[in-house]
Amino acid sequence: MEWETVIGLEVHVQLATRTKIFSGASTRFGAPPNTQACAVDLAMPGTLPVLNSEALRMAVCFGLAIEASIAPVSVFDRKNYFYPDLPKGYQISQLDHPIVSGGRIRIELPDGSSKTIRVTRAHLEEDAGKSLHEDFHGLTGIDLNRAGTPLLEIVSEPEIRSAQEAVAYLRQIHSIVRYLGISDGNMAEGSLRCDVNISLRRPGASAFGTRTEIKNVNSFRFVEKAIAVERERQAEILEQGGQVVQETRLYDPVRNETRAMRSKEVAHDYRYFPEPDLLPVHVDPRFIEAVRATLPELPDAKAARLRSEYGLPAYDAAVLCASRELADYFEGVVAACGDAKTSANWVMVELLGLLNRENLEIGDSRVPADALGTLIRRIADGTISGRIAKTVFEAMWAGEGDPDAIIAARGLRQLADTGAIEAIVDAVLAANAAQVESYRAAEAQKRVKMFGFFVGQVMRESKGKANPQQVNELLRRKLDGE
Amino acid sequence: MHELSLEAIRSALARREFSALEITTHFLDRIARIDPRLNAFVTVDRETALAGARAADAALAAGTAGPLCGVPIAHKDIFCTDGMRTSCGSRMLGNFVPPYDATVVERLAAAGCVTLGKTNMDEFAMGSSNETSYYGPVRNPWDRERVPGGSSGGSAAAVAARLAPVATATDTGGSIRQPAALCGLTGIKPTYGRVSRHGMIAFASSLDQGGVLARSAADAALLLGAMAGFDPRDSTSIDAPVPDYCASLDADLAGLRIGVPKEYLDAGLHPGTERAVRAGLAELERLGARVREISLPHSPLSVPAYYVIAPAECSTNLARFDGVRYGYRCADPQDLFDMYARSRAEGFGDEVKRRILVGTYALSAGYYDAYYRKAQQIRRLIAQDFHAAFAEVDVIAGPASPSPAFRFGEKSTDPVTMYLEDIYTIAANLAGVPALSVPVGLVDGLPVGMQLIGRHLDEARILNVAHRFQQATDWHLRRPGGID
Repeated sequence: MEWETVIGLEVHVQLATRTKIFSGASTRFGAPPNTQACAVDLAMPGTLPVLNSEALRMAVCFGLAIEASIAPVSVFDRKNYFYPDLPKGYQISQLDHPIVSGGRIRIELPDGSSKTIRVTRAHLEEDAGKSLHEDFHGLTGIDLNRAGTPLLEIVSEPEIRSAQEAVAYLRQIHSIVRYLGISDGNMAEGSLRCDVNISLRRPGASAFGTRTEIKNVNSFRFVEKAIAVERERQAEILEQGGQVVQETRLYDPVRNETRAMRSKEVAHDYRYFPEPDLLPVHVDPRFIEAVRATLPELPDAKAARLRSEYGLPAYDAAVLCASRELADYFEGVVAACGDAKTSANWVMVELLGLLNRENLEIGDSRVPADALGTLIRRIADGTISGRIAKTVFEAMWAGEGDPDAIIAARGLRQLADTGAIEAIVDAVLAANAAQVESYRAAEAQKRVKMFGFFVGQVMRESKGKANPQQVNELLRRKLDGE
Repeated sequence: MHELSLEAIRSALARREFSALEITTHFLDRIARIDPRLNAFVTVDRETALAGARAADAALAAGTAGPLCGVPIAHKDIFCTDGMRTSCGSRMLGNFVPPYDATVVERLAAAGCVTLGKTNMDEFAMGSSNETSYYGPVRNPWDRERVPGGSSGGSAAAVAARLAPVATATDTGGSIRQPAALCGLTGIKPTYGRVSRHGMIAFASSLDQGGVLARSAADAALLLGAMAGFDPRDSTSIDAPVPDYCASLDADLAGLRIGVPKEYLDAGLHPGTERAVRAGLAELERLGARVREISLPHSPLSVPAYYVIAPAECSTNLARFDGVRYGYRCADPQDLFDMYARSRAEGFGDEVKRRILVGTYALSAGYYDAYYRKAQQIRRLIAQDFHAAFAEVDVIAGPASPSPAFRFGEKSTDPVTMYLEDIYTIAANLAGVPALSVPVGLVDGLPVGMQLIGRHLDEARILNVAHRFQQATDWHLRRPGGID
């Protein structure tokens, strides 16, 4: 049977404020347990939350970037449940009056099409601490360093229709928050976490099927796999005439399956009510305009500009705009060499290839943009061939210096002296008299392949430095008598 | 020495008639001698108090003294004190020593006050008789068979028995004004947000407000001025300048419009209390005020609305007491649920549990609209009543509590009877307006209080009226017998 997959995502983005959302404690990742939790984070009696205005600014920033409305008045609420790593016994969140509502996020799909996913809302809330169940011999350790870290929870409409779309949506959010500088987007450290709501229905049906929620899926790959296996699980139930149970599930990447959380792990009634310790947040229109003025060029706009300004294909533009740093790097290369298409190829193929191989970010590149630009210029001005350039690039990556120094030190300058190349050509033809004989006897079609043999021999003799165009011309004259 | 007003203590200290060490020692000695019969204090830290007094004397000698330098004070045990146990009247916090001072404590220390100790109170400020304290009931100095009122009963008994010249207190539904009335004191609950709640252990966050229990309006004005003001650590504190409350105490009352809500002089009022309050109103007229009847039509709804909102907020404010990080933890918990259940069952008393249950119910899915939302609507109507009334009068006056001090056990068996103790005081908390109680007479030898309610942030006016009243009467100078 055919099923349509209906997916909505709740994405939790950790905001990159220096201090916590309601206290002055540091948000730095990886400190020894409980060294970054002050009296407010520990929910000591009498302590009170005070909103970090930087978290508010970042939420507004995101809202403007996705063309959402910013609530003139938003309200914090208490979400009540007991858990040892939730110090107050409630989480301060926003229920009825979130700071951001009604935005849109455009995604590019691998088949070249694009789609807009609407964002229902985005609200501010605080993170909980961590429960550590290992290393304590049957006891549980509590680390409250993360308690009070600001989160922006971004809730999409159920408009995502496949695992691929879900990943594209998540990547786009990742890209936007990084462009805005409001999150490091580091998924390994939990800076971007995702809950997936998923249900199936027959194509054309208007009502939604019963959904399940897969909690805390924390990598692009796992989102894709979790949706695939959950889709399959639900389809199997439905095809056997069964009913999907509305429940919260966990994705187990080791066994590649989802399973229901124990009912004890799921609180049923959060008893939300307005947080009396915080006043409603009034956002001044002038503040919104001031934030808008600071917005950087966003991925979509940047990709459009790269297409029109440099004539790049849509795919290249999208790849280069995945991060602000990568796009900046590309533009740095173009600025140094003036050839956008070649720059795009070098960045996307050679540079990204090396970065991926060594699992590095663009910021870690060992080749600066202007050095890569110089290298490309050396191809264009005939100093080296494209093939030699790859050798030079590897040497630059290995830290041997700038391209000109490497070309000089390794003697890689292209042979452009016709006399010298002709001497090599003559030597090669003399050494391969039999091949010359059969070449001349062969039909035109066969000659094409045999011609390559002579080119290869000459290039080998010249250690790759002979100008390939000159080699071709000389061989053609001497073999074909042209 | 223990009969002196704050102003008299200040000038005596300034003139070196006695030292801070001498007056502090004097009060510590009185506490040691008298408090075993009252149980007003839960913690007295003699060494810290004496060290504070010595520091005050040094500051006085060096000319670096703050405005209240060397004045001894008692703090309600709801205010966190750095390094000194803060129990909030509960077993739950019997071992809790805060690593910080409440803003109120910090400001009074900066002004030079010397902390004598921490006063007893109803558990987590939930009670009107001080009978819910884990540390035992406080006795009323006027009649030790009777309650001092609550929840600030310890602070009230301590000031009434001259064990401290003045004390801090808090008021969520009447916890300053009702004990003030029952112990013959002047007690002021300022405008919500006037005094920082930082470091003040929360009962109901949107209603709690710190204030003063004193023997006169002049003393209350002096202390409030040193406590009040904006605090960036409390988002609900008001960012407005604090006027000099002492400067306006003597202002003339001629032409002052005083409204008496007809709903406050109803059938539930003790006849003796009514007589005393009417006599007090007549005295205010003699002082030039024009007294007229007004209506606060939603008054009858204030107790039911309060007993939804306050328990709802307390049910989540007290969720942090879970045995995980500090406070009471049950012995040998079997698992997480067992630790939560038994720590809270053993750590909290009955009244606290009752309110947590009521509040949890009121916030639950399916009941929220019927209870919490409805109560908030009533709260807005009550605030509108005050707004409308203050368009026509400057001050609202009436009784502070329905009757004089009652006997132990008289009301503690029926929660609703006890809740009605706050029938005249709760509305000011719901509306957030300032209110105080002044002694207005004695009924069968027991003090009675008159309540004065002011406009938003108009503490100066009600202190002025109370002070002028005290200039013309001597009820506030009466003192309980049989204590010394």
